[in-house]
Amino acid sequence: VKIAVCVKRVPDMDVRFRIGADNVSVDEAGLKFDINDFDAWAVEAALKLKDKNAGSEVTVISLGPDVVQETIRKALSMGADRGIHLKAEKVPFDGLAIAKALSAELKTGGYDLILFGKMSPDSSNGVVGPMAAELLGLPCVTAISSLEIADGKGTAKRELEGAQEIVEFPLPAVLTVDEGLNAARLPSLKGIMAAKKKPLEVKPAQLAEPQVTVRKLELPPERKAGRVVGEGAAAVPELVRLLQTEAKVL
Amino acid sequence: MANVFAFVETRGTDVRKVGLEAVTAARMLAEKSGGGEVHALMLGPPGIAAKAAQVGQYGADAVIVVEHAGLANYSPEVATATAADRIKSGGYRAAVFSTSAQGRDLAPRVAARLGVSVVTDVLSFEIEGDSIVVRHPMNIGKVIATIAIGAKPAIIAMRPNVIAPVQNAKAGRVENAQPSIDPATARVKVIETRQGGGGKLDLAEAPVVVAGGRGLKAAENFKLVEDLASAFGNAAVGATRAVTDDGWRPHSDQIGQTGRLVSPELYIAVGISGAVQHLAGMRTSKTIVAVNKDKDAPIFMVADYGIVGDVFEVIPALTAAVREAKKHH
Repeated sequence: VKIAVCVKRVPDMDVRFRIGADNVSVDEAGLKFDINDFDAWAVEAALKLKDKNAGSEVTVISLGPDVVQETIRKALSMGADRGIHLKAEKVPFDGLAIAKALSAELKTGGYDLILFGKMSPDSSNGVVGPMAAELLGLPCVTAISSLEIADGKGTAKRELEGAQEIVEFPLPAVLTVDEGLNAARLPSLKGIMAAKKKPLEVKPAQLAEPQVTVRKLELPPERKAGRVVGEGAAAVPELVRLLQTEAKVL
Repeated sequence: MANVFAFVETRGTDVRKVGLEAVTAARMLAEKSGGGEVHALMLGPPGIAAKAAQVGQYGADAVIVVEHAGLANYSPEVATATAADRIKSGGYRAAVFSTSAQGRDLAPRVAARLGVSVVTDVLSFEIEGDSIVVRHPMNIGKVIATIAIGAKPAIIAMRPNVIAPVQNAKAGRVENAQPSIDPATARVKVIETRQGGGGKLDLAEAPVVVAGGRGLKAAENFKLVEDLASAFGNAAVGATRAVTDDGWRPHSDQIGQTGRLVSPELYIAVGISGAVQHLAGMRTSKTIVAVNKDKDAPIFMVADYGIVGDVFEVIPALTAAVREAKKHH
């Protein structure tokens, strides 16, 4: 199987963000970056298929400035075979612009499967995978939490609100990966050494004019400081009183 | 003045609450742009047409119903083709979808087919000249972006629970239509939709969410959480990532950065420490209650009301008190 995985470099979310001087970007000073979790699970899904199907090849693609090569190398050190860096000064918010640039590259690759994470936490828009599928004219299943591939066909499970869908699709196809599909392997030392020698091709990204633009970023209003009502079961009557009279939710 | 399109999400022959929210949001957009019509599209199996009047009551001037035996389950390809054709021929200023599992799947496909961009998880919107300007959370809700959509039609997917569906006196006209492609020819087929626990409320839609964490110590102790939820009567049960990773609850119950986003009227965190990953999924809840034995747990930083104590003592007492309070209503 020939598999492509599109990955994004994202900041660690476990911090207090600051807005940059331009008011439309996050101040990156001091932030730690790594591969998006959902994308790491997509890489893992590709590697699992490669382990099962001899002769498979896994290509990792990332769009952005030169630093995204670190993210590509991370996926290569997990076991992917080659990387493609679509070079752009920055990653726009506009999911259609990104999907167009990626699909221009993807359509030349003859892939049987194209995998994306279901979303990235930074832009939190979650649209690039299904948009790319549409531009490529390929069948698409989003947010999968299980996957079986056999005889040119696939079966996947999607989690809905309070329900699950079981979905069948033909190959080639585009899939986006949800949590629960797998746990991403850690790169081994051998993998890290091998990744340095794997091919990484750099091409300019063909980014269209954006149709949506970020005008302003703000920090949300702080929640007012928490209040401890009391200790143990003895505090329950006071809590219930507050829920009834102050919060008016009971 | 411009007309606005709304996609009404259905499951089986039921209209989902997010579908009515989309109609109400479209109504608001139409009013803000000087008053135009709202055209709502709904697809489903035989029986769905009976729900069209309900959709009309929430502000749709026209309800376009596509009833087809092949649409017992959601068909992404049929929905994409039918919605895109309708939006294209209708010349709409904007099209409103829902940020649900189905809406997240459908809205970007429709947008790409129409050659326009899309913003999901929209918190609010305004019309400013030629742009529709929306607010959208980024970085797991730690940053709020104001985004201008220049494209026409502007395609947005609303976050569930930020707009209350509003009924108005208008009874929308109903138009029956055919799907743009035959469901039998779709390449991707949903062969089965498995319902979760019998009739339980969905996390994104429930006005009250009771969620449990590691502090419950074992899967079977989730009964405490379920009992409290049932005392409220309108509550859904959620869980932390630690708990779903351990298999105590299904992944679909996970509230957090990689799971579900909820913003109910009341959120009760039971034995949850309040990791960043979890707070990302619930911090926009209107009222937050936390019960945890560790007084330094970060959940108390965001809880409007906290009780420091053993969940095995506090929660049964709270359940009894809520039952009692509900009795007097």
